[in-house]
Parts: sequence; structure tokens; C-alpha cells
Amino acid sequence: MRKEAAAPQLAGTGNEVSEKLSGASLELRERIRPYLYVAPAMLFFGLFFFFPIVYVIYLSFFDWSLLNLEEMEWVGFANFTALFMEEDFQQVLGNTLVYTVATVGLGICLSFLLALWLNRKAKVYGIVQAAVFSPHIVSLVSVAMLWMWLMDPQYGLLNALLEWVGLPGYTWLSDTKSAMISLILVSIWKGVGYNTLVFIAGMQSIPRDIYEAAELDYSSWWRTLTRITIPMLSPTMFFLLVINTVSSFQVFDTIYIMTQGGPVNSTNMLVFYIYEQGMDFYNGGAASAASVILLVMVGLLTLLQFRLMEKKVHYR
Amino acid sequence: MAQVVLKQVSKTFSNQQVVKGIDLLIPDGSFTVLVGPSGCGKSTTLRMIAGLESVGGGEILIGEQKVNQLPPGKRDVAMVFQNYALYPTMSVYDNIAYGLRNRGTPKKECKALVEEISEIVGLTPYLARKPSQLSGGQRQRVALARAMVKKPKVFLMDEPLSNLDAKLRNQMRVELTSLHKQLGSTFIYVTHDQVEAMTMGDQIVVMSEGDIMQVAAPLELYQEPDNLFVAQFIGSPAMNIVADGENSPLVWGFRPEKAQLLPESAVSAAATEQRTLRGTVVSREILGADSLCHVNTDKGRVIVKVDTETSIQMGAHVQVAVHVNHVYEFDRTTGKRTGKAAGRAQQQALAGGVL
Repeated sequence: MRKEAAAPQLAGTGNEVSEKLSGASLELRERIRPYLYVAPAMLFFGLFFFFPIVYVIYLSFFDWSLLNLEEMEWVGFANFTALFMEEDFQQVLGNTLVYTVATVGLGICLSFLLALWLNRKAKVYGIVQAAVFSPHIVSLVSVAMLWMWLMDPQYGLLNALLEWVGLPGYTWLSDTKSAMISLILVSIWKGVGYNTLVFIAGMQSIPRDIYEAAELDYSSWWRTLTRITIPMLSPTMFFLLVINTVSSFQVFDTIYIMTQGGPVNSTNMLVFYIYEQGMDFYNGGAASAASVILLVMVGLLTLLQFRLMEKKVHYR
Repeated sequence: MAQVVLKQVSKTFSNQQVVKGIDLLIPDGSFTVLVGPSGCGKSTTLRMIAGLESVGGGEILIGEQKVNQLPPGKRDVAMVFQNYALYPTMSVYDNIAYGLRNRGTPKKECKALVEEISEIVGLTPYLARKPSQLSGGQRQRVALARAMVKKPKVFLMDEPLSNLDAKLRNQMRVELTSLHKQLGSTFIYVTHDQVEAMTMGDQIVVMSEGDIMQVAAPLELYQEPDNLFVAQFIGSPAMNIVADGENSPLVWGFRPEKAQLLPESAVSAAATEQRTLRGTVVSREILGADSLCHVNTDKGRVIVKVDTETSIQMGAHVQVAVHVNHVYEFDRTTGKRTGKAAGRAQQQALAGGVL
């Protein structure tokens, strides 16, 4: 439309050559215009997202230290092979997987049950909803500090409660077996409110008349749940599964504050390992390689989730 | 098949009584239409019969059984919702079979029933599809099939055609009435559309503000309205209502199609048998074969339906003449009909039969 409108104006100049040139430059301008619109966003994205990814991949092929950035030695895949050979790293990968499966699995199940219970109209449920959601708005550092106190073997509330009911106290964060469980517990406690809220929103978007039709179809509570509610919540579940998985893989704050990866590496996970390698041991090569592994793992897992769930998820 | 009886049924939502103790008998095998403007309590009444709404007061009987405390699934009723309320994650087949499976119908029988019903409503090629892959009309059929497959005593329908376009609505109207004849079950149908009510129902229940205004067959409702509300609600365009004076205890009305437009100077041969109003033609709406003439009279504006071919000048001074047999009188304060002309419906029916 704009071109058509411009044409008579150009014809009015009476100069055929300049007319052709103007026409060509106008066309060029039209073609460039959309790119100009998205350029600021693309620049931002490229500078702070795309470039770091490419650069860290590049760095992962070098042996380098943060203390001496001048000396970078090309080592090819050596950083990767060294990592996979290292027992500590294998344990880190295992820990990350256990932590992710446990927090995502238990977290989503618990949130779903809570949402089922809280998806009612009475005021009291609204209050409980707010209470369940509140950990989500507290900073993770505060949450970690709070739980460190709760789990303190000597002065902690949890052990005090255990003693009160006549059970022996527990070494929550200083035992190789229970430290991971403690971290999982904190993560679920922090995330359950958000997940529950998303589930409740999903449940409330299911039209009421579908439930009424089910009632008239003599559908039991269980069948309504499994045949109607859960299938209709599949997009919500899928969304939560993806974002919870990604964030579990990136856990750092709680480990840094509560366990520092210990005891005996039992709570060390990928992001904390990257931090340790880069900032504590100045081993830039290993840190970069581990970052690339994290990127690939999260990417692959998300892709896998999309592929597997695609057909199971019902989008309205 | 069963009759449905409502005895003093009422319902209150947050201090507002939306159904005010109604008594109603819905005969076995009838096509009863509950009609009225929005908020008149028709849908609430239907939902109480379905069991989706608790009964505030009174009793509901389906057949001989009091159903007040029975859950919806045990009332042996099926309902078609305004938005169809199909299960979006299930295929058409599963949508239809869901109710049967919940009742423990054997797989083979279930399959046979679903296939039989799908054949009747023309859904056989679409059984594997999801509702989202169907057109509005097809979804409507799935909703119908889902209701039919259970072979319920009573079919309940809550404005099931309101989401369809005009053409499909007309087609489904005919299909629903023939389906009713075929099944012979009791149908209770809720609509706000009086044309739908008149064309489909054999018993029409006109409701307003939680009360029943009149229960009658379509023709009787049109010809013998009990009160002002029914007179103005049934018929399109609505009945003209005029008052003879501020202090007159009565108002009178006539249907636009029963009045004649005469030149101002015309002297009617049977003046004593006619009531006339003098006025000016202010506008004309052409509907096709007929036109609606809006006439400003000294007693207010009235509408007269005339043949489109009749030539009428805008601004022409005319007389609106109505035969006294077609005049309805109502009490101004109560709205109740006075001096109801007896036997008009029967006479008309007879005349129709002869023609």
C-alpha cells in the first residue's frame, strides 16, 4: 500500500533514472525495516546470551586459568575426557540427576495434591494458598539460612521436635546420606507454592460444565480425576515439568550456603562444581567444559520432554 | 420415559429467590419448552431437575420417584449443554461411551450402542476425532449422541442451539423435533428464543422472574395469552398494547398481523365490530413478503404487519383497524387478562384443518 501511494509522487519528478533509483532504495528500505525493529532485542540477546554460549564452548577446548588469561593452550576434547574420567565429576552428575528426579517428581506430585485440596471457594483455602505460596517470594538465601537453623543438630527445631516425641536427633546436613535429602526437602518446600498456584490456575480454567456432564455420566471422583482433570491439566504439568527440571539442574544457592557440596562431595552438583572449578581452583578449562555439559544435558532433556510429551499433552 | 412433576419448587441464591415455588407437570413423552428472558429462572429449574443444583424447597419427581436427594448420575436423565461440554481430551467415541463405561456396560454392548447411535446422528465417520477437530454442528451431534446413548427417561437441553449459526439452528430444530418423535422420550428444553419455543415445543412454559406465567400449547399461548407478559413475549413482533386513558383500569392489545391499515377517510362497513386508532405512518421495515409499518397514533406507537406489495407513503395519515375478536384486554395493575374470549384457539384450529 505504501509503495503504491508513493509511486505517483515519484513519477511527478519527471526524472526516470532518479525515479528508478528511488524505487530501488525504497524497496531496500522496506526490506530492512523489520530487521531494524527487532535489532535492539537481537543485539541484547546476542550480546548477553548467544555470545557467552559460543564463547564458553570455545573456551572449553582450552586449558586456561582465571589467574593467567594470557596462557591459553588448545587441548581439544581433553577437558571433557578428563571430566568424565574423574570420579568426583561422575558423582556430581549422579547427584544432579538424583536431586532433579526427586525435586521435580516429588515437588510436582505434592503440588498437584495440594492444588486438588486447595481448589475450593471457602476463605480458609485462600489463606492456606497464600501460606503455601509465601516461600516462593522469600529469597533463596533466606530460605537456606532458615533451614540451616531448623536442621541444626543442637539448636534446630526439627531435632527438638524429634526429641519431644521421643526420637533420637538427626544429623541433617552433616551426614552423607541425609544431606542430599535435606537439600531436596528445602527445594520442594520453596517451590511447592508456585507449582500449586499454577496447578490451581490450570484447574480453574477447566470449564465447570465438563464436570457437570461427568456428574450426569455417573463418573466417580477417581474417574473424573484420571479421565478429565489430569488429561486437561497436561499442558500445565508439562510446563511445570520443563521449568522445574531446568531450575533443578541449575541449583546453586542452597548448596553454597548450606553444604558447600559436602559432606564428602555428597551434595555437590553441576553448577556448584562449575563454580568450584572456576572460582576456587581457577581451572577455567574444566569449568567451561562442565558448563557445556550442563548446557547440552538441559537442552537434550528439554528436547526429550517435548518429544515424549508432545502427543500426550492436550492443548485446547 | 417418565413424567416430571415439580411441586412448590424454589431456589434462592444469596438472598435472592430465583425460582419462586413453582408447580409444574411435564407429561410423559412431551416436548416441554421452558422459555423466558434472561434471569427468569428457567435454567435454574432445569439444573434442579438434572441435580446439578440443589432444590431449595419443594419436591421434584421423575416418574414416581422423588429425586431431591439423588445425585445427577442416578436420576436417569441426560443433558445437552449450551457449550456442549464435551470432554476435549477424549475422542468422539470415548465421549459417547464414557457414561456407559461408568455404569459398567460390557465392552461389546457399549461398542454396539455407540455405533448404533452414531449412525442415527451421522457421526460414524468422525468417531476417532477429537471434539476440537469437529464443526459446531458436529459437536452438537456428539452432545446429542452422548445423551441418547444412555437411553434416559428424560432429556434435558439447556439452550443447545444458541451457539450455532442461523441456518444450522433451523436444521437442528427440525432434527431435534423429529428425534423427539422417534424416541418418544420426555424432552425438557430451555431457551430464551420464543421462535424456537413455538416451533419445537408441544407444551410451553413461559417464565418470568422465577414464576410461571402460563403453561400452554404453542397456538393457545399465541392466541390466548393469560397476561400482559405472555402477550408481549410470545409473537414477533410483540403485541401492541394501548391504553384508552390515564385513568382507565384496562389496557388493550392486538397482534400486528391482525390489524388493518385503512386510509384516514375510509369508513368501515362494520365500525361497531372494530376498534380504530388514527395516526401517521412513520417508518416501514420490509421483512420480505410482509412489511412492518410503524404508526404514531394518539395512543402511542403501534406496529402493523402488511403485505409488502401494499403501497404506503411515509407520513400518510391512516386508520389502524382491529376487529374486536382480535382485541385482548388486560388489567392495568395486575397485567391479568380480562374477558378472555373462549374457544378462539379451537376455532382457528378448525379453520386451519378445513383449509
